[in-house]
Amino acid sequence: MSKNQPSPLSQKKQLRPVTKKNLVTYAIVIVFFALFQTLTVTGNLKFAYQSLLVPICTNVIMAVSLNLVVGVLGELSLGHAGFMCIGAYVGSFFSVVTEELIPVTWVRFTLAFALAAIAASIAGILIGIPVLRLKGDYLAIVTLAFGEIIKSLVNVLYIGKDSNGFHVSMSSSGLNLLEDGEVILKGPQGISNTPKDSTFLIGFILVMLSLFIVTNLMDSRTGRAIMSIRDNRIAAESVGINITKYKLLVFTISAAIAGCAGVLYSHNLSSLTANTNNFGYNMSIMVLVYVVLGGLGSIRGSVIAAAVLYALPELLRGLADYRMLIYSIILIVMMIVNNGAFFLKLRAKIAQSFRNSLQKKKNEKEAA
Amino acid sequence: MSLLEVKNLGITFGGLHAVEDFNLTLEKGDLYGLIGPNGAGKTTVFNLLTGVYKPTSGTFYLDGKELKGKKPVDINKAGIARTFQNIRLFKKLSVLDNVKVGLHNSMKYSTLTGILRLPGYFKVERAMNEKARELLHVFELDGEADTLASNLPYGKQRKLEIARAIATNPKLLLLDEPAAGMNPNETNELMETIRLIRSRFDLTVLVIEHDMNLVSGLCEKITVLNFGTELAKGPTEEVLKNPEVIKAYLGE
Ligand SMILES: Nc1ncnc2c1ncn2[C@@H]1O[C@H](COP(=O)(O)OP(=O)(O)OP(=O)(O)O)[C@@H](O)[C@H]1O
Ligand SMILES: [Mg+2]
Repeated sequence: MSKNQPSPLSQKKQLRPVTKKNLVTYAIVIVFFALFQTLTVTGNLKFAYQSLLVPICTNVIMAVSLNLVVGVLGELSLGHAGFMCIGAYVGSFFSVVTEELIPVTWVRFTLAFALAAIAASIAGILIGIPVLRLKGDYLAIVTLAFGEIIKSLVNVLYIGKDSNGFHVSMSSSGLNLLEDGEVILKGPQGISNTPKDSTFLIGFILVMLSLFIVTNLMDSRTGRAIMSIRDNRIAAESVGINITKYKLLVFTISAAIAGCAGVLYSHNLSSLTANTNNFGYNMSIMVLVYVVLGGLGSIRGSVIAAAVLYALPELLRGLADYRMLIYSIILIVMMIVNNGAFFLKLRAKIAQSFRNSLQKKKNEKEAA
Repeated sequence: MSLLEVKNLGITFGGLHAVEDFNLTLEKGDLYGLIGPNGAGKTTVFNLLTGVYKPTSGTFYLDGKELKGKKPVDINKAGIARTFQNIRLFKKLSVLDNVKVGLHNSMKYSTLTGILRLPGYFKVERAMNEKARELLHVFELDGEADTLASNLPYGKQRKLEIARAIATNPKLLLLDEPAAGMNPNETNELMETIRLIRSRFDLTVLVIEHDMNLVSGLCEKITVLNFGTELAKGPTEEVLKNPEVIKAYLGE
């Protein structure tokens, strides 16, 4: 860039509010990571709590990616776990098959993520096409069915490998493997011996990447187009926004990110199976709860809600019988604080007065 | 060649002929009025011209290009922009961003450029901000650029809709009751603004309005619709004196 043309950053001395908001979100995640990583390394975190860290990352990534569909595009999806499931199975399958072929962990793991993201985004496009014609309840039902179909499908799928290559079947006997053959995906028994490549560090990097993608997307030409569809479809069309294109794009990106969450999940376990709690509607609804309670369209809200609400039941274990009671109360309180008109106003007021006092201090300093 | 040529345009909903045999020719630079009692079919004409409804008969041309049956997005790209009678803003977006959505097709960078924050992002965003602020300035909305659209007072929401429509760089602007809910002062200002934007942005304007002050002060010619059909058409003064028109408005 020439000297007399200032760079875009130096020209704007003041950060835009959106940029500031996103930086605070990044900072929260970084502090959380630094804190718990230090505690773990120094041996100050109970093992039971250490084992929560990667799943927290998985849930945060799921919530952030679902918020793109529900909060930013404004379409209700109840099948988000389906994309995670596809990512988990594709990723694990790849890692198991190539474990000896590609001994360098990070190369293999990166490829697993890439492959899973591609597979999940193809599913995103496939589910996105009917979604373009459906709205509201109908869409919710179709996405719900999609999630269940994926889960059921992997439960009856058998894939084996022998010197002739891969064999796919709907039953274990249908594989017809040679002597040297090995079954990798065993229907309801899933995939075993996935290398345990997931770490808190990788989870953290993935959370940061999804935040980077989603927040930058939202604060761009494409993001404005997506939000205009959410706010008023007819008006968006009237100013030339291609609804089909942007809906498909959102489903694709969101699915790809959820697919990566699946890889993180499956490489944190030695054996992968699909049931209602990890890939069924329970999971989809749980993620939706994070998104709604964190605030539709609020990425930071999704991050915090997913982390807190995922960890909470585990942390409350000591309270035995009162655990679920306290959990429900916290859910309700979060809902009121994040979505009630009164609390939203209160929060805005507090934030405003905080900003004013900062401004005042600044002015005083300048005057002095 | 005329800018807009509408020929025998019509649509029926069930048995109802909402608009029948509608004809209109607009020359470049015209300020044309469309009036008529409630339910006469005025908004339906706009919905036909913008592709929200598909006509059951007739056709229309912009700059000689047939647009009948085209989708709203393509009609906007061909050069027709509109505002809505029941305001349709992007409520959760800022005033500035509402206009920037209007600039979507004229100032571009790819989704990937946006996510990766490549130089193109900063360059085009800066140009978009400049252009959007310039448009807001025309409507005296520059002070509210960062306000949420839903927090604007009613009159300013109407202005923002016009600014957003103009951002798409249209040849023909359709305004559906732009002065509804405005006081006489605001209405007078609006008339000034409409004249200003017509010359500044090379626009042809077709306006639906119930406020007769605005109609007679602004439009050189008008068409009166009643029960979906054309009741009268011609220079504003003449048409408003037409006894049939007076009867349609005041009732028997
Ligand atoms: N989508 C639709 N389905 C059925 N009937 C419709 C539809 N749209 C409009 N109509 C009918 O067409 C007629 C004309 O409606 P339109 O909204 O065009 O009137 P208008 O002249 O704009 O009236 P107003 O001054 O009240 O805005 C009305 O009888 C209306 O009920
Ligand atoms: Mg109307």
